Amino acid sequence: MTRVCVAGVGVIGSLFAAHLSRVAEVSTLTRREEHARVLREQGLHVSGRAEFTGTLDAATTPADLPEPELVIVACKGTDLDSIAARLQGFWPDATLMTVQNGIGADEVVGRYGDWKLLTAVTFMSGTRHADTHVQYVLDTATWIGPARGTTPADAQAAAALIESSGLRAEAFDDLRPAQWSKLIFNATVNTVAALTGLPHDPHFAAIVRPEDLGRLVRALMDEGKAVAAASGVTLRDDPWEMNVLATQRGSAHYPSMLEDVDAKRRTEIDMITGALVRAARQAGVPVPLHETMFALIKGKEASWE
Amino acid sequence: MNVCVVGCGAVGSLFAANLATLDDVEVWAYDLAQAHVAAINRDGLRLTGAGEVLSHPRATSDAAELPPCDFGIVATKAMHTSAAIAATAHAFADGCVATVQNGIGNEEVLAEHVERVIRGTTFPAGKITSPGVVQWDVKGDTTFGPFDAKPAPFDQVQLLADACTRAGMPTKAVEDARGPQWRKVIFNAATNPLGALTGLTHGRVCEHPPLRALVTKLVDEGKAVAAAQGIELDSDPEELIDFAARPEVAYGHKASMLQDVEARRQTEVDYLNGGIVEFGKRFGVETPEHAAIWALIKGMEASWTQ
Repeated sequence: MTRVCVAGVGVIGSLFAAHLSRVAEVSTLTRREEHARVLREQGLHVSGRAEFTGTLDAATTPADLPEPELVIVACKGTDLDSIAARLQGFWPDATLMTVQNGIGADEVVGRYGDWKLLTAVTFMSGTRHADTHVQYVLDTATWIGPARGTTPADAQAAAALIESSGLRAEAFDDLRPAQWSKLIFNATVNTVAALTGLPHDPHFAAIVRPEDLGRLVRALMDEGKAVAAASGVTLRDDPWEMNVLATQRGSAHYPSMLEDVDAKRRTEIDMITGALVRAARQAGVPVPLHETMFALIKGKEASWE
Repeated sequence: MNVCVVGCGAVGSLFAANLATLDDVEVWAYDLAQAHVAAINRDGLRLTGAGEVLSHPRATSDAAELPPCDFGIVATKAMHTSAAIAATAHAFADGCVATVQNGIGNEEVLAEHVERVIRGTTFPAGKITSPGVVQWDVKGDTTFGPFDAKPAPFDQVQLLADACTRAGMPTKAVEDARGPQWRKVIFNAATNPLGALTGLTHGRVCEHPPLRALVTKLVDEGKAVAAAQGIELDSDPEELIDFAARPEVAYGHKASMLQDVEARRQTEVDYLNGGIVEFGKRFGVETPEHAAIWALIKGMEASWTQ
């Protein structure tokens, strides 16, 4: 059996760990000792789209876990450095797969060790009811592509393993076109939602009056598209079309950055808009409106820090 | 002289209370907030903080009670200008009406209802702490000048400015009052919405480097729109912004737009950032940052009615 470690056991980590425990030997790396203890003792229950309880190992340090072949780094972008630092020095032969929003998560993790790396974005969602109970809500796919030291075949193997566990996954020879489409979409929709308090609803596609929000959304996406083009990335999906389609679906999605702001938590702005602004600088493309969104979200975080 | 303050919120109350201390001025305060009106008529209008004043203007919510007035001072929120002047215009049939409101476009609305209009800009600020009582947070100057399209005679402008000055609110009469007006609009449009969007006070916006850089981008767009109209700013809004950020000035001041947002009231963004965008369009100046801020605040207002 393949040995998999899931590092960071929030919603996404819990969904990966529980499902994979049905087809692999799964361990989890948690931050809290209590969390590790209840996972070891009670397992991890999944409800919603599936109904089962997975059995797994858990600890707060890699030293107490068996060496895995695959590590899924599933924490939020804001915890990436601290979790990568805890993995430093362990499991040199493992492949680490990052699934954070934005771009550059694999590079952040790669600074802490010479592991082989896969890069992924996930669209699945769930609700965490307890340390040992996660509800599986949206069964959308995780997209996986090769990064440092890995090949498309490695991405396919990881995707096949995840698919066999009951989750959805798709391998890409080059993840960047898909990843950048999502990056531009998130850098726009997440920040606009977090600042206005609006869920992703038809306001985001309205472009009739001069003050309509859709104009800002489109201008932000145009800046992002210019950065992608200058960086040599051909987008898989047009972010504006993604936006229009999503707002026509009827049920308005509540973006994670809006949830963060409501709960006065630190947001993933550095991994999302921050990453886009850094890429823009590298490519020599001006992104004044994304810099504005970055400043405003940072200011909002400062108001409760 | 009869003066009617139309809209007796914080700023209107500062004018009404101070002018009512003068023996030669009879002050009326017109406001729709019944509790405030009743308290003023019962106990007088009290200012605390930057100045201690207790005076007795006559307050009413019924425009029909207003006598003919020599001057009106309109101090409502900008989105209420039209309704307020439509209700009170009869009192100013032979008088002049000044605006001390935020934003641009208020003079144009007044001119639809009265014949002699005074363009005005005022910097004092405060808040109503309870009916009849206003906390005076910030002292500052006022500037009046004839509104070009329907000008009040300059000697009348001087008369009103003189009364305000004697009442303790230093006021200048000038031929072209657009400079101070645009300086204040740029100041407000570059700072108020950032406070509203982030929840930070003016001082904290200014000490946050990315936000301070955004303030400068907004100021620069505003200056370009003013310059395209041939308006000479009477001083640099940047200086005013840094001055206001000092602890002893307005470091801890929550911009009125932040107060509006916290109370989920409609803001004045249409007359601030929206005004700059509209004038920019008219004079061929691009204002993408003000357009962005305008859209975000309108989006925020929309989220309250979801």
